[in-house]
Amino acid sequence: MATTASIHAHAAPQGFIRKYIFSLDHKVIGLQYYFLALTAVFVGMFLSLLMRIHLIWPAVSLPLVGDIKPETYLSLLTMHGTIMVFFVLTTAPQGGFGNYFLPIQIGAPDMAFPVLNMLSFWTTFIAFVILIAAFFVTGGAPLHGWTGYAPLSALPNSGPGEQLGADLWVTSIALFCVASLMGALNFITTTLDLRAKGMTLMRMPLTVWSWFITAILGLLAFGVLLSAGILLLLDRNLGTSFYVPLVVVNGQVMGHKGGSPLLWQHLFWFFGHPEVYIAILPGMGVASQLISTFSRKPIFGYKAMAYALMSIGLLGFMVWGHHMFMSGMSPYSAFAFSIMTMAIGVPSAIKTFNWLGTLWGGRIRLQTPMLFAIGFVSLFVSGGLSGPFLAQPVLDIPLHDTYFVVGHFHLIMGVAAIFGIFAATYYWFPKMFGRMMNERLGQIHFFITLAGTYAIFMPMHYLGLAGQTRRYSQFTEVAYQTKLIPLQTFMTYAAFVTIGVQLVFLFNLFWSMFKGPKASDNPWEATTLEWTTATPPPHDNFGGHTPVVYHGPYEYGVPGAAKDYIMQNDPATVTSH
Amino acid sequence: MATLSPTITLKDPKLGHGGSGIHPPTVDGGGDGRDDNGFSDYGARLRRARLGTIIALVAVVMIFVALTSAYVVRRGLPVMDDRSGNYVRDWMEVNLPTALLLVNTFVLLVSSLTAEFARRQITRRVALVPVESIPGVSIGTERNFPWLPLTALLGLGFLFGQWAAWRELQDRGFALATSASSSFVYLLTATHGVHLAGGVLALLYAAITSLTRKPVEARRIVVDVTVWYWHFMALLWIYIFALLEFAR
Repeated sequence: MATTASIHAHAAPQGFIRKYIFSLDHKVIGLQYYFLALTAVFVGMFLSLLMRIHLIWPAVSLPLVGDIKPETYLSLLTMHGTIMVFFVLTTAPQGGFGNYFLPIQIGAPDMAFPVLNMLSFWTTFIAFVILIAAFFVTGGAPLHGWTGYAPLSALPNSGPGEQLGADLWVTSIALFCVASLMGALNFITTTLDLRAKGMTLMRMPLTVWSWFITAILGLLAFGVLLSAGILLLLDRNLGTSFYVPLVVVNGQVMGHKGGSPLLWQHLFWFFGHPEVYIAILPGMGVASQLISTFSRKPIFGYKAMAYALMSIGLLGFMVWGHHMFMSGMSPYSAFAFSIMTMAIGVPSAIKTFNWLGTLWGGRIRLQTPMLFAIGFVSLFVSGGLSGPFLAQPVLDIPLHDTYFVVGHFHLIMGVAAIFGIFAATYYWFPKMFGRMMNERLGQIHFFITLAGTYAIFMPMHYLGLAGQTRRYSQFTEVAYQTKLIPLQTFMTYAAFVTIGVQLVFLFNLFWSMFKGPKASDNPWEATTLEWTTATPPPHDNFGGHTPVVYHGPYEYGVPGAAKDYIMQNDPATVTSH
Repeated sequence: MATLSPTITLKDPKLGHGGSGIHPPTVDGGGDGRDDNGFSDYGARLRRARLGTIIALVAVVMIFVALTSAYVVRRGLPVMDDRSGNYVRDWMEVNLPTALLLVNTFVLLVSSLTAEFARRQITRRVALVPVESIPGVSIGTERNFPWLPLTALLGLGFLFGQWAAWRELQDRGFALATSASSSFVYLLTATHGVHLAGGVLALLYAAITSLTRKPVEARRIVVDVTVWYWHFMALLWIYIFALLEFAR
């Protein structure tokens, strides 16, 4: 088992392939994850654009896909969801930034198991290729949504995309699970075992806490999805009946009998709800780190923040049933799931309160990373507030299959998490590439994206309350739905603008990589360990020595200190707390 | 001017046991402040590998938790009878080849024992390395019973026995898709078998590297964590067997 090789058992590699392709260096692997997610997010965004165009101009023939039939719309929807949830929201914050900065922030030279880390990335990459391949096989991409509900997903003749396309989808997800398990194992071991001297758990930056908790969630959740996926593959290809009851498709009796479609839903959502937190927790960590740094104040309630992360993670495993209120579950279980779900509001409110408490009275520096961190809090609140509505079965039943739910999860899980990724990109770009990103372009990007995402996703709540159904490819047939099309039109135009401004971000990213002004080692005057090392960090992160940590991660504005901040490895005599 | 002298490649000096890199060992090399006696990060690596193994086993447990809950749910699930329209229980008890499975269980338990002997053998060898390096000191030739290959062989024997049990099940009329119960029997045994096969590969790797000049410390880490994994696989099999036997 090569994975037992020691950390920095590998010397700095020579040659392009060992250095940039099959690298064992967590920093290179982190960038690989980041660029994979960047590719994926543009594919996913393009698919959403096609859907938005089709919703308001149903007759228009679209580039690459031609005429959109209802099933084409469903496959766009499925692939958009799958790509975004797995290959963007799970990949970028955890695989990308977590990989790059977790070892540096705890003062380690690399991840605990570098070979496993490399395998984890390349498995994710193969999973992505397999998923994209589903577009190009006979029948096209699957129709069953990112949640893959059986029996639609379990019967190859249930629709045009449900043949080979669906097999590729399940295989891709299963591989992604394996990759995520390897990643989670690495993150947990690294956090527990490789912290530098003095880096106690309660001195870890909140980003590290969030990656650590996320890894625990991934470790417990992805195995369940993997099992569920294997059962689905068996049902599809070997004639078992785990999920499929006796069904008749197109007048033809299928050979299955006795299976339970609800079994898939339980297994899927046991993974699926923690997955929501896998996407959002790293964003919370980044927001905490940035709000403290750019307010020049210690984070308000550090321990409360860490415990809130833990309790969100714990509660996240007890609420999966709230996705299934429509499935005819016992009202008693629905009640239990409902109570547990609303309980998540408590740690979430603690976090929001502490972010606001940190901002309060701070000497706020409104640079781009900070703007996105504040944007994260804004979206987290406005997306989160509709959560307690949907947590109640009586409200969820009328709202469940409407745009209300689409608006809710896009704001909180989609865009809030993406804002976390943007904040992290602007914040750590100088460390990763040694140059600064353009501040003016960053601000343009922020303000238009913030306004644009609200313009796209807020109206969805009203559409949902008005009864507009989700997953429909057009609204031209039903009178009350037709009346709502003008709002859909507005959202599509907002989407054009919002997607357009992402090109500004892309330009800023690549232009600054080569032409941006050189960054100093600590351009934001931050305190955590990644800012103590060179820019970009050397192969073993700290140039041959292991840092020793003397302080907590957010020592800003310390009375009696020479500067307004104390680095974590600064042996200054000013003691804190 | 053309180069007249040949290029000489200088290798980085290897320091510490196991050749762990280009950096001199430091007193606080890794770990959360625990002292590793300053001479090697070998102890830290063993600890890290064990921790990683335990965490990996948590992931394996979750896979079987999911399968078990699916099993329990499906077993108690009423199913609509297509002729009468009533809800009935359609769970069909699988006629397990219990005797054969008991033999397999015995083989696996014995392999767990031999695996433990292999682990202790290599632990002892590592402990004796410093003594052997003293000039003039001979500790005699130790009995080197091939516990590792024997364990791998027993593991393969178990897998063969499971395959024979599958054949027997088929002869008794229980194929994969015959009933939900038989699907689960194949699924649980196959998932366990795949995990065990991974353990066999790791044992064979350790056995083969004993022929190469790989340092015994590095090999010990592989053997140590694989044996932990192996014991866990034996426990897991007993759990699966009990589930299939007592919750038919």
